[in-house]
Amino acid sequence: MIRFDYLKPSTLEEALSLLYEHGEGAMLIAGGTDVMVEIKQRKIAPKALISLRGVKELEYIEPHNGGVRIGSMTTHRTLESSSLIKEKFPALADAVQNLGSVQIRNVATIGGNICNAAPSADTAPPLLVLGAEVRIRGPRGERVIPLEEFFVGPGQTVLNRGEILVEFIIPPAPAYTGSAYWKHTRRQAMDLPILGVALSLSLNKGEASNLRKLLAESATMEEILFSLEESGLVCQQARIALGVAAPTPMRAKKAEGVLKGAKLTGRKLDEAGRVASQEAQPRDTLRGAAWYRREMIQVLSKRLAIKCLERIFLGEKR
Amino acid sequence: MKRTISFVLNGEKVEVEVEPHWSLLYLLRERFDLTGAKEGCGMGECGACTVIVDGKTVNSCIFPAMEVDGGEVLTIEGLTEMAEGGLHPIQRAFIEHGAIQCGFCTPGMVLSAKALLDENPHPTEEDIRKGIEGNICRCTGYLQIIRAIKAAAEGGKDGRAD
Ligand SMILES: Cc1cc2nc3c(=O)[nH]c(=O)nc-3n(C[C@H](O)[C@H](O)[C@H](O)COP(=O)(O)OP(=O)(O)OC[C@H]3O[C@@H](n4cnc5c(N)ncnc54)[C@H](O)[C@@H]3O)c2cc1C
Repeated sequence: MIRFDYLKPSTLEEALSLLYEHGEGAMLIAGGTDVMVEIKQRKIAPKALISLRGVKELEYIEPHNGGVRIGSMTTHRTLESSSLIKEKFPALADAVQNLGSVQIRNVATIGGNICNAAPSADTAPPLLVLGAEVRIRGPRGERVIPLEEFFVGPGQTVLNRGEILVEFIIPPAPAYTGSAYWKHTRRQAMDLPILGVALSLSLNKGEASNLRKLLAESATMEEILFSLEESGLVCQQARIALGVAAPTPMRAKKAEGVLKGAKLTGRKLDEAGRVASQEAQPRDTLRGAAWYRREMIQVLSKRLAIKCLERIFLGEKR
Repeated sequence: MKRTISFVLNGEKVEVEVEPHWSLLYLLRERFDLTGAKEGCGMGECGACTVIVDGKTVNSCIFPAMEVDGGEVLTIEGLTEMAEGGLHPIQRAFIEHGAIQCGFCTPGMVLSAKALLDENPHPTEEDIRKGIEGNICRCTGYLQIIRAIKAAAEGGKDGRAD
């Protein structure tokens, strides 16, 4: 086993100054589910780990002006049990409840998931469609940036040496908004996504009685889309985000443009899915081929749109 | 670079010198001779190293020993010691329902079951499956394990999960 020192600050200030003092050889550790594995695999060899686990001020889920602020040290397990997240930000709830195992979720944090910056990071697409910003603290002060500007490449972020991700700031969702995330995997547990797709839709109204009825009855996709055609729903805002579809988690902004301001129909959803799959830059990997990923982006975007409609019309329990 | 940490181990306060790079699994097995927790994959995937820290299951193979300072650790040995009559009801249910073959996954599996039942005393089959998703068993095919956990939840009555 590679040797390293282990330091346990109890405040953010202390963590920042330790990080500064120890310089290049120092690395932050949150839940350690990426860090410890990478050390064992000899991918990294830090001289000192600075643990954030004792920094309790970074652990919170706080309602904030209709939105929410989530401290970077909040575990997936805590997020999974939060009724606020389930009710108002269901795309994130979808992601955290299927991330790793109970043992992993008990220790792994949302900050670690995002700072590790894997293309497959499960919380990234939901946070992107929820419009999250990140607050970063460093030796020279603080900055807040949109999450979409945070990722630079696989495992690479805009964080400079000495900086700590403090929190995620999620703004309030407009009325009649639904969001959802789908992790496309081979097996139902303990697997990384072949593809991750998150979607959020905001509509002009929350009434369309025939559509509601069909959604409640879990009618076929054809029936639902047919009724959608007649419901006169207009998409006020759409966000689509993809995981494992490019070197970093990404927003599919062109596809969003297809939906924004448009009357929602099956054809529009098809078009948006097609544009999203063209915008993506998937690769052939062990988990899946690029053509398959492109294909599934279309399939899943449409399915997720229906999930969003279910959540708007039938409540968030769906 | 040795550090002294203290924590409650299976109900008893202990103080021990550790190297900062040790995993909790190494500490338990090599310093306390608690060999119930096993190293399977060593990467947090298989759950054979599962122990309970401050009420929550963790993969001790990737859990830094330094993090239990001031905390509480429960291993399978502790579960047995604290049980009346030698074995914990979950362990008895595992035996009764044939939920053990080679036994390598059993300590972790039992502790995941305990954490699940502590949080959710009346789990559905789905809850049970989700509760043990981080514990791999190569022998039983899981059905017996699910039955055993269901039975333990129902207080030892015959609870077939299927
Ligand atoms: C068995 C197993 C299964 C897994 N399954 C999944 C899965 O299904 N989906 C998924 O997305 N991931 C999965 N992972 C990966 C991992 O669990 C997650 O990425 C997790 O969220 C990482 O969080 P952590 O707190 O453990 O991070 P750590 O390992 O502690 O840190 C990760 C990185 O982020 C940095 N960091 C952490 N916190 C901060 C901060 N506040 N500011 C700046 N930098 C910081 C660290 O320096 C490090 O580089 C799995 C891992 C394992 C071992």
